[in-house]
Amino acid sequence: MKKIMTGNEAIARGAFEAGCTVAAAYPGTPSTEILENIAQYQEIYSEWAPNEKVAVEVVCGASIGGARSLAAMKHVGLNVAADPLFTIAYEGVNGGLVIVTADDPGMHSSQNEQDNRLYAPFAKVAMIEPADSQECKDFVKEAFEISEKFDTPVIFRVSTRVCHSKSLVELGERQEVGVKDYQKNVKKYVMIPAHSRVKHYEVEERLAHLQAYSNRSPLNRIEWGDKKIGIITSGISYQHAKEVFGDQASYLKIGFSFPLPDKMIKKFARMVDKLYIIEENEPYLENYVRILGIDCVGKEFIPRCGELSPEIIRKAFLPQEEKKHYQVDLKVPSRPPVLCAGCPHRGIFYAVSKYKDVVATGDIGCYTLGMMPPLNVTDVVICMGAGISAGLGFQRAALQGGRKEKVFGFIGDSTFFHSGITGLIDAVYNNTPTVMVILDNRITAMTGHQENPGTGRTLMGQPAPVVDIEGIVKAVGIKEENVRVVDPYDLTATQKAVKDAYEATEPFVIITRQPCALIKEVQRKRAGLFCSVNQEKCTKCRACIRTGCPAISFRDNQVVIDQTMCNGCTLCLQVCKFNAVEKVVG
Amino acid sequence: MVKSILLVGVGGQGTILASKILTEGLLRLDYDVKMSEIHGMAQRGGSVTTQIKFGKKVYSPCIGMGEADVIVAFEKVEAVRWLHQLKEGGILLVNDYEIYSLPVLLGQEEYPQNIIERLKDKVENFKAFNAAKIAEDLGNIKAQNIVLLGALIKALNLDGIDWTEVLKEHLPERLHDLNIKALEAGMRV
Ligand SMILES: Cc1ncc(C[n+]2csc(CCOP(=O)(O)OP(=O)(O)O)c2C)c(N)n1
Repeated sequence: MKKIMTGNEAIARGAFEAGCTVAAAYPGTPSTEILENIAQYQEIYSEWAPNEKVAVEVVCGASIGGARSLAAMKHVGLNVAADPLFTIAYEGVNGGLVIVTADDPGMHSSQNEQDNRLYAPFAKVAMIEPADSQECKDFVKEAFEISEKFDTPVIFRVSTRVCHSKSLVELGERQEVGVKDYQKNVKKYVMIPAHSRVKHYEVEERLAHLQAYSNRSPLNRIEWGDKKIGIITSGISYQHAKEVFGDQASYLKIGFSFPLPDKMIKKFARMVDKLYIIEENEPYLENYVRILGIDCVGKEFIPRCGELSPEIIRKAFLPQEEKKHYQVDLKVPSRPPVLCAGCPHRGIFYAVSKYKDVVATGDIGCYTLGMMPPLNVTDVVICMGAGISAGLGFQRAALQGGRKEKVFGFIGDSTFFHSGITGLIDAVYNNTPTVMVILDNRITAMTGHQENPGTGRTLMGQPAPVVDIEGIVKAVGIKEENVRVVDPYDLTATQKAVKDAYEATEPFVIITRQPCALIKEVQRKRAGLFCSVNQEKCTKCRACIRTGCPAISFRDNQVVIDQTMCNGCTLCLQVCKFNAVEKVVG
Repeated sequence: MVKSILLVGVGGQGTILASKILTEGLLRLDYDVKMSEIHGMAQRGGSVTTQIKFGKKVYSPCIGMGEADVIVAFEKVEAVRWLHQLKEGGILLVNDYEIYSLPVLLGQEEYPQNIIERLKDKVENFKAFNAAKIAEDLGNIKAQNIVLLGALIKALNLDGIDWTEVLKEHLPERLHDLNIKALEAGMRV
């Protein structure tokens, strides 16, 4: 049977068919739907881990315990999980172990554009790269086989356009491989220096075997066309190249991309007149081809920055074929993402925005948008967790420099569980007088509402204990009098908490608690609620518009609230000095 | 020959559902299909695009400058934003409907006037109509995506299959009537 699937659905299907029994992930675009889809298969135990390091460690343990196991994450997630990756590389596997990294060329929803192909040679593990959904499914199965055969973890590298594009997939049956027995073997599974020294030699030997395999693997294939141009390419770049050159070129299509097939590359290069390397971002293939002493054309024409496309390849190699296009000279207004109408994050940012000497270190999630006009609160965003810890450092710099800034660090609930707790401990341990705001909307909102340890439900839909954020805050040593839990829809209470925090001389925590306005049950509960403007009382001062709510607009000389968007959070009502906003219960 | 369709709109307008139904229908018409969507921050009111390519064999899912055979703009300004993607002689379908972005709401940027006239001047194969209004009159503005889908199916002469069947498979039963009417209304415009 054939089915149209996204790459992510197909990876999940591949894991199912390969007999995978344990899977773990932390969400992150464009990888999130892999585990959401794996969770549909009852045969696989699947979980959201609090972060990627935990997810990879869970599957390392599961693999050693004999289960075919898979972890998935976005590219930056592998940075978080790099520590276990580099050492499980030495230990190898028992049940097959596949680690999916989903890169985001073009940064559709990421903070950087790192090319995770570079991880494979660094960690010395095998790497596989599919180019469409069918390959996603087939190659995951192959990845498990390779993992067990060569005793290596396998990096499965995909990118946004592979993850989020749909194409046809031929479905197969699940192969029941069961869970292998575990045998104690400390030389393999306990990496003390004495064992690791031996292992390093074995890893180098394994790479030699993998390289020999790479040269005969069906995942690397040559498609002969015109031999005047030869193209070496992999992943989505293959599809773009194929669209531009069709059979006017020959292709070495790489699916097993570490170790690279040296003999195959040499043979291919000999058979073609000109060699092009077509790849997105880093010159990963090109550098290797050059190390082999082969001349080629690549990054001098194909940019390192941004997402690749047929259009860019055409411009680089066939500029005469550039397409004509339409233009009208109208200035198009920008459409940046914004905090939704009724977003519970708005109240706290609004309250903090009134303090001009506050420096805000933000973090990653919907609340990153606290940097946007009109709130303009956030000064710094680096990576998950840094909302707290970079805040501590900034506070220290300000103190060392004799400056008066007060730092507010912002972090979402999912991000707090991911990597905020250690920063919080640092604040307590070193008594840094920073304010830490934990924005608890009970869900991982940014990536599309995945459960987290504060939600009360697991990925597999089971009820779960709610991990208690206040309990953690107090347990690590934030004093009771320095903790506030507020409803961010209550502006007065929120403003009071911000004032107390601003004046505090010790580490201080504010927890804002109100579920995300887009959660289905919340939408149902608030369905009849909205605010509306009493035009008689309205002075058109537009204070309400300065909350940045997208439901409020000024049209035809009137302030109006879009009732289909509004959920009655009443923030605008609370900022109106003229009582011109009224709450309606429909 | 591979044909390329670009759907552009604003988060929450239902571009993704429309493209799912379209993709499924194209498969039933025995085409190879690739569909690619970028929905990173879409839910937060950003602009959304979905690219659909179909033909005998499709490689890249991406559409570039001057490559789209059809653009369906679910919002007026988005038609202008993505116009450069339209192929010479390609079809442009526009929902005559405005959604102000935050910078416009805040008065920092302006929503351009006369978009429809300006587009009509440039693009030979151009059609604008208020799908939102049509859907609203049928009972729910949310069905505007299906009205636009109907118009697209007609524009591409893809009537070889029963689209209402495909539609039904993608929607809960209580929404069938409304959306079938929306689809038919779209096909008539
Ligand atoms: C290391 C890493 N993993 C995953 C992501 C993807 N990501 C961005 S924001 C986010 C979740 C934010 O959730 P939360 O902190 O609860 O904030 P909310 O969006 O709910 O406001 C995730 C998973 C990332 N940017 N970096």
